[in-house]
Order: sequence, then C-alpha cells, then structure tokens
Amino acid sequence: MKQLEVLYFAWVRERIGIPKEQITTDAATVSDLIAELSAREERYALAFQDMAVVKVAIDQTLSTLDAPLEGAREIAIFPPMTGG
Amino acid sequence: MTVRVQAEDFDLGHEVAQLTLDTNTVGAVVSFIGLVRDTTGGDLLAMELEHYPGMTEQALAAIDAEATKRWSLAGSTVIHRYGHLKTGEQIMMVATASAHRKDAFEAAEFLMDYLKTDAPFWKKEHLKSGSQWVESKKSDEDAKDRWKA
Repeated sequence: MKQLEVLYFAWVRERIGIPKEQITTDAATVSDLIAELSAREERYALAFQDMAVVKVAIDQTLSTLDAPLEGAREIAIFPPMTGG
Repeated sequence: MTVRVQAEDFDLGHEVAQLTLDTNTVGAVVSFIGLVRDTTGGDLLAMELEHYPGMTEQALAAIDAEATKRWSLAGSTVIHRYGHLKTGEQIMMVATASAHRKDAFEAAEFLMDYLKTDAPFWKKEHLKSGSQWVESKKSDEDAKDRWKA
C-alpha cells in the first residue's frame, strides 16, 4: 500500500467537494486509482464520468492516465486547462 | 527568463523596459496581453482564475526554457494572474526580446500556444445568471501541435 496526496482542481474539485485528500491505495496507475475512487462513492463517479476531459499530473508534472504510480507522492486530477 | 504567477496586476511597459535594460543587442521586442473578455453579450460579471500552486510555476518555466532553446532570445517574461478578475482586466502577458523580430514573434506565439494547454489554470465565468467553467478548445490543442513538427 502507498500513501498519496490527491489534489482536485476546477469542476473536478467542485464535484468531489474537497480540494485534496490523503489516499492509501494499491492502485498501479492513475486509471486504477480513478476506478477505485469511482467505485467508492457517487461523487467520484460523477467527477470522472467522462475520462476524455480528465487530465492528470504526477508530482506536479503533466502525465497520462496509464502512467505508473510507483514512487509518486502527489497526484492531481483536473479538467483540460483554460489559462491564457 | 522571468516567470511570475500573481494575483496583482502588472505593467507591460515596465516589464518590457526591464527586458531591454542592460543590453544594446536587442533589436526586437514582441509582447502580448490577454484580457478578460465577455463572450456572453453583457452577462459576464467577472472571471475566477484557479491554478495549481507549485506546478504552475514549474510548467511556465519549462515552456519558457523550451522557447529559449528553440529561438535566439535575449530575454523573456511570462506573467499570469489568478483570482477574481473583472471584465477588461489583464489576465496575463508574455514578452520576448531578441536581436531580430522573427525569433521574438515566433517565440511569443509558441509561449502562448503552450501556455494555453500545458499550464494549470482554469477559468470560471461569473455571470448574472450563474457561473460556469470555461471549456477548453480543440483549436488550442491544434495551435500547440503545429510546433511539434
């Protein structure tokens, strides 16, 4: 089991209802983590229902859903960026 | 190479002056300002800009470093604001300084295109009728992809 700090931004944060949380998990990838959370509670399933508009960062670097969580400490999940 | 993420407004003239302060080899400066724009026909009250502290600075620095690698730049400045911004307020700026205009123009466009899709900012519009998150545009992804060739 590993301990992760999971952060949420924009409407992902609003749907889940909190900006961050500590999660203890066996998930191997971000996809696995998202599946695990979605199965846990409705609010996660709602936030992650359309994976085409879900982006992730591992330890503050943009990453992909299939990236391994091995050695990761901070995971962020958010919609496509709209800065500029 | 200057990157700043801040709530406060900025002064483009001052930032451009800083870029050319201690050099006489800069022949071209290109600058861009992004403003809060009402696309709703008068319904927009303000814009809320959320970001990911820590990652934002890193992402902008990485984009800036890539531009510096690709083009011959004497300096560059990227400033992006966050928080509550009213219609017409400045959101962000980029400025690039170079010996020649081509490097300055292209690097500024590159910075903007990458910043749009790779820097962790999210805009929420506060309207008279409620609020909504701004959706990302396919055209922004396309604009970035043209630099990959």
